[in-house]
Amino acid sequence: MSKKTSATEEGRSDPGTGKPGHAEAPVNAALSASQKVDLYRLMVRIRRFEERSLRAYQAKKIGGFLHLYIGQEAVAVGCCSLMGKDDHVITAYRDHGHAIAVGMELNPLMAELYGKATGCSKGKGGSMHFFDPARNYWGGHGVVGGQVPLGAGLAYGLKYKGLKGACMTFMGDGAVNQGAVHEAYNLAALWDLPVIFVIENNGYSMGTSQARSSAGDLARRAEGYGMAWGTCDGHDLYEVRAFMAPFLEKARAQCKPAVVEIRTYRYRGHSVADPDNTYRAKAEIEEYRRTKDPIQVFQGILLAEKVLDEAAAEKIDAEARAEADVSADFAEASPFPTAADLQKDVYWESDNPSQRKSGGRLFFN
Amino acid sequence: MPLLQYREAIRQALAEELTRDPNVVVMGEEVAQFHGAYKVTEGLLEKFGPKRIVDTPISEAGFIGMGIGASMLGVRPVIELMFWSFYSVAFDQILNNAANVRYMSGGQICCPIVIRGPANGGTNVGATHSHTTENVLAHHPGVKVVVPSTAYDAKGLLKSAIRDNDPVMFLENTMLYGDKGEVPADDYLIPLGKADVKREGTDLTIVSYGRAVIQSLAAANILQQEHNISAEVVDLRSIRPLDMDTVLASVRKTHRVLVVEEQKPFCGVGGQLTYMIQSEAFDELDGPIARLCTIDAPAIYSPPVEIEQLPNPQRILKAAIEALD
Repeated sequence: MSKKTSATEEGRSDPGTGKPGHAEAPVNAALSASQKVDLYRLMVRIRRFEERSLRAYQAKKIGGFLHLYIGQEAVAVGCCSLMGKDDHVITAYRDHGHAIAVGMELNPLMAELYGKATGCSKGKGGSMHFFDPARNYWGGHGVVGGQVPLGAGLAYGLKYKGLKGACMTFMGDGAVNQGAVHEAYNLAALWDLPVIFVIENNGYSMGTSQARSSAGDLARRAEGYGMAWGTCDGHDLYEVRAFMAPFLEKARAQCKPAVVEIRTYRYRGHSVADPDNTYRAKAEIEEYRRTKDPIQVFQGILLAEKVLDEAAAEKIDAEARAEADVSADFAEASPFPTAADLQKDVYWESDNPSQRKSGGRLFFN
Repeated sequence: MPLLQYREAIRQALAEELTRDPNVVVMGEEVAQFHGAYKVTEGLLEKFGPKRIVDTPISEAGFIGMGIGASMLGVRPVIELMFWSFYSVAFDQILNNAANVRYMSGGQICCPIVIRGPANGGTNVGATHSHTTENVLAHHPGVKVVVPSTAYDAKGLLKSAIRDNDPVMFLENTMLYGDKGEVPADDYLIPLGKADVKREGTDLTIVSYGRAVIQSLAAANILQQEHNISAEVVDLRSIRPLDMDTVLASVRKTHRVLVVEEQKPFCGVGGQLTYMIQSEAFDELDGPIARLCTIDAPAIYSPPVEIEQLPNPQRILKAAIEALD
């Protein structure tokens, strides 16, 4: 069932067509032309945001780490486009794509990267810690695998409250060997939690290839917990949606968890601190870019479907570049938080002093 | 007023809060069918059913992380750690996720979770099962840390902890589970961050928390009877938030301080407390602040020696007399 996963796997030479059948999947057949264009636009916006943030990083506007999502866009957009009002998302530190895919605006995201008070986390989280609970987006977590039990907990909360939703809990291929991930798998299967564990397999946990870090097929480990599992390619947005929709439906309707592996690829290093010249060949990146680039693939599909033409695609791209530039201008012009903000947002009680019930000191200086 | 064991007082708090708020869920290893490793949760499954009282596998990182995730959606899990010593396998969940998620989200999320269980030595179970974790927990802004010493306090503090919108770490003590005290049957709350003067005195302030309070009270009685020394015993009850006002008021009264904690000394709660007392009441002190801790080694198994390793009335007595020299 599971194909051998390799980032160098021979791909289609023509990126202009999707795999047969995926466009006809009910979840894709139901899309209107404008909805398809919107999904395309989301991927382009992610790409241009990431490229703009890289330039800002190189200009020393951004501190710390920057883990770019470039190359993986169809995964976040494909999965998040299936969300209903009670569906939730949590992910790891390569979190910009998911944030945009759930509908977050670029300005607060770029401002967060710049460490500004107008950032989505007020400059307190940074690149790895984007959050928007109002859009059912629960971060943005920095420790590999640490968010996975939280995702099971969001699913537990949905089930406890009788809501027909599911939590998509994203992780990278490097997370699958963490104990917390397996503990979450067990609880999800044991208690029938509506959670889909989504392994975004980009082939490398930092600089260590899958072959050098993980034994066996990644998603197949679900069998040990009696959980459903599956794998798909993550380059074709239609394929991701067609693949994910039944898992989500089963989670919502029957509270059945699953582990899915979506094969994807990142064009950039693990983070911008990764010179990316020690563990993979440039030709591998070029091959992927040439044959499987998710934006090119979907653009080809939409051109063939005649819901998009070259001029419209160029316009979308130009708008996305401009929007990313505007977000950088917004971030640049925004104020930093101040030292007085350091001790805000630590405790609910100290943020809501009129409702505080406890006495004593919460902070020690 | 009914006399209840410390464990029964905790159980009563759980039952009252389970009744009051349908979002409260009790979960942990052996809490339901087995009635709790220390019988704290006895009878709750029968009364509230398996949706509210949940047995978990031995999987602390999994179920604590899951509880944190559920709390972000408004469930109010009260999670039992069979021993607080086992927090180490869930450290990332408690002190990265529960402690930090509010901050890292710019205040968009709160985690109304309580993690409770015993954190103490004295039961001859060796170093792996005898950790006192209050200093490590309280080191992390974002969590609250409560250590009740009596049945009355345990009930009132736990009810407040369950209603609190921040993550609360509730540290009980297996040596106290069977201790009885007067506990009102009604719905009373003790706010976190409110110390309690457990014994009034004029010559020496003993600042303590948890079971060390009980030991300090025993020592204070001997001090009174055999040495004519009047010791005041201040029970912090809550480590974070911390009620320094009550501590400082007592220091201004007695001018001598002994800090007693069931905790190893290095980077312990008493170190912070001592710093704050000297910093804020230096002129009130008639001598150096004394401190009595667990003797600085991993918890020994050997039963008679473990008694000597921990604070006990004789060690406290000796430290108190030295402090007054």
